[in-house]
Amino acid sequence: MSWLETLRTGLGAVLSHRLRSGLTMLGILIGIAAVILTVGFGEGAQAKVSGEINALGSNLLVVSPGSATASTGIRGGFGSASTLTEADATALASKTVAPDIAAVAPATQRSETLTAASTNWTTTVVGTSPDWLSVRARSVAEGRFLTPADENADAAVAVLGATTAQELFGLRDPVGQTVTVNGLPLTVVGVLNTVGASASSATTNLDDQAVVPITTVANRIFGGSSRTSVQSIYMEATSSATLSAAYQEATAELLRLHQVSAASADFTIQSQQSLLTTATSVDKTLTELLASIAAISLLVGGIGVMNIMLVSVTERVREIGLRKALGAKHRAIRRQFLVEASLLGLAGGILGAGLGLLGAALLPHLISNPITISPTATVGAIVVAIGIGIGFGVYPATRAARLAPIDALRGE
Amino acid sequence: MAAANSLPVIDLHDVTKTYRTGTLTVQAVRGVTLQILPGEYVAIMGPSGSGKSTLMHILGCLDSLTTGSYALAGQDVSRMSDDDLADVRNRRIGFVFQQFNLLSSLPAWRNVELPLCYAGVRRDERRSRAVEALRRVGLGDRIMHRPGELSGGQQQRVAVARALVTDPALILADEPTGNLDSEAAADVLALFDELRQSGRTVVLITHEADVALRADRTVRLRDGRIELDRDQAGARS
Repeated sequence: MSWLETLRTGLGAVLSHRLRSGLTMLGILIGIAAVILTVGFGEGAQAKVSGEINALGSNLLVVSPGSATASTGIRGGFGSASTLTEADATALASKTVAPDIAAVAPATQRSETLTAASTNWTTTVVGTSPDWLSVRARSVAEGRFLTPADENADAAVAVLGATTAQELFGLRDPVGQTVTVNGLPLTVVGVLNTVGASASSATTNLDDQAVVPITTVANRIFGGSSRTSVQSIYMEATSSATLSAAYQEATAELLRLHQVSAASADFTIQSQQSLLTTATSVDKTLTELLASIAAISLLVGGIGVMNIMLVSVTERVREIGLRKALGAKHRAIRRQFLVEASLLGLAGGILGAGLGLLGAALLPHLISNPITISPTATVGAIVVAIGIGIGFGVYPATRAARLAPIDALRGE
Repeated sequence: MAAANSLPVIDLHDVTKTYRTGTLTVQAVRGVTLQILPGEYVAIMGPSGSGKSTLMHILGCLDSLTTGSYALAGQDVSRMSDDDLADVRNRRIGFVFQQFNLLSSLPAWRNVELPLCYAGVRRDERRSRAVEALRRVGLGDRIMHRPGELSGGQQQRVAVARALVTDPALILADEPTGNLDSEAAADVLALFDELRQSGRTVVLITHEADVALRADRTVRLRDGRIELDRDQAGARS
């Protein structure tokens, strides 16, 4: 019997038990849809996070105080120690010390309430240097950014994020206006372009901040004894090729300045890549967990196929006997039932993929997370569904093929 | 009648069949030697438990034999593998069963073409041969009917058409009238008479004496042995 003939026979058998075939398919359908959606959900979340991290700047390295491998063996609170200073940043900016570092921007930040006339708005005040703009890959929409002169003079100026400007001044032009922080009036000299980071971002909203010269922040706003310490130092490598060289140079210089060995380093340097890995690892774990639950439902669907195929074999003992009496060989019977099982898998897979795509189109409107569907995963899921049909069809098909023709003809 | 010196269609030599069910052994056939020549119409009779069903299964290559030998149309089939036996059944034997054994989801012609599917015949040729076989059994106008839309007698005629379609050496009918009313039974038996007229070899298993009388020769079994082997061709006509 040809493949085409077997396919036609199998299709006939599947269609003649519509309800049963439909219910069997449902198991696979739900499993496939669940797998596609969870994988899509995971990929969507990762794409979102990596988009946010890429928006931080290109070829970026971030130095944070504290170490992941403290000599005591106890992991210090990440970023809790205040071991980085403005002097570190100045040293790293030197071309002789670190030729592969293009620009350096120390940053210290704190949440403060800004007041403009009668409007209050609590936002992040970032104290940094003029290089911050290029290091963080930002640009100015209006007015100007901080200048070295501002920094040298502890100037009372601020550049606002787009959201901050909107909240404080509404439709009025913010440039030239005054905002008050901790009693210090600052002149708004510019407004930053938006980076489009969504409001639900887990990290700080990059469009809601006030950027002030670091010297002004240290001496006139935050004050205190630790005024020369910074929370992070952003560095931009000269190119993506020199990123690891820049990493080496910065590490060596900081170890030398802090007079510590690599084993007891009191700072951590992260690249965008490592930030990305950290940020997406939680999403990844969650996705893997969900996907494995979905895979279990697929397994249950497969067992459903096997169950129905066994029932089908038992029910059609006479038919099998007849076919064998008329000359069907072992493998022809086996093939017939395998084709039936894989048709169930294929139909369940295609419908499941359809449901998954529909869900991917509708769900982002209900939950705020994006879902990215990859064509490879979809085709893969359908292939897996057929594989499940075949895999779980082998045993019933083999049982059918092994029936002796007389036993089969006798049975009823 | 075929020439006496031609090769027998069926050549059984001292065939036995023993079933083992746990510790119990049942000797269903205890040494049967039987030759059936081309063109013969033979009825195999016997009460239930006489071993006639077992003999029919052996003749139909549906079951293996324990000892002895069996040549079907000159081919030794006693030690063949299951798949080779499937080929032999497909090419040499046409079956007619008491229960008709038609597939209810398929129209008449698809039922008739089934053996040709397993023989690897092309689709258009299968269809024309199936239609031709249905015409021969008088169902040329019923090719698209499903078994449920046909009477018992018509269903059995579809089954006969299916047995004929491969042009087999042997037509093996197991109680073909057992499920039919007397009118339909007479109809089907008339069909077997026609097959005999056209030179087919027909072996018919029955327990009804009047059915057996239609054949040229009666073989009666009792306790797994041949009790009587009678040529009645003269007596009938």
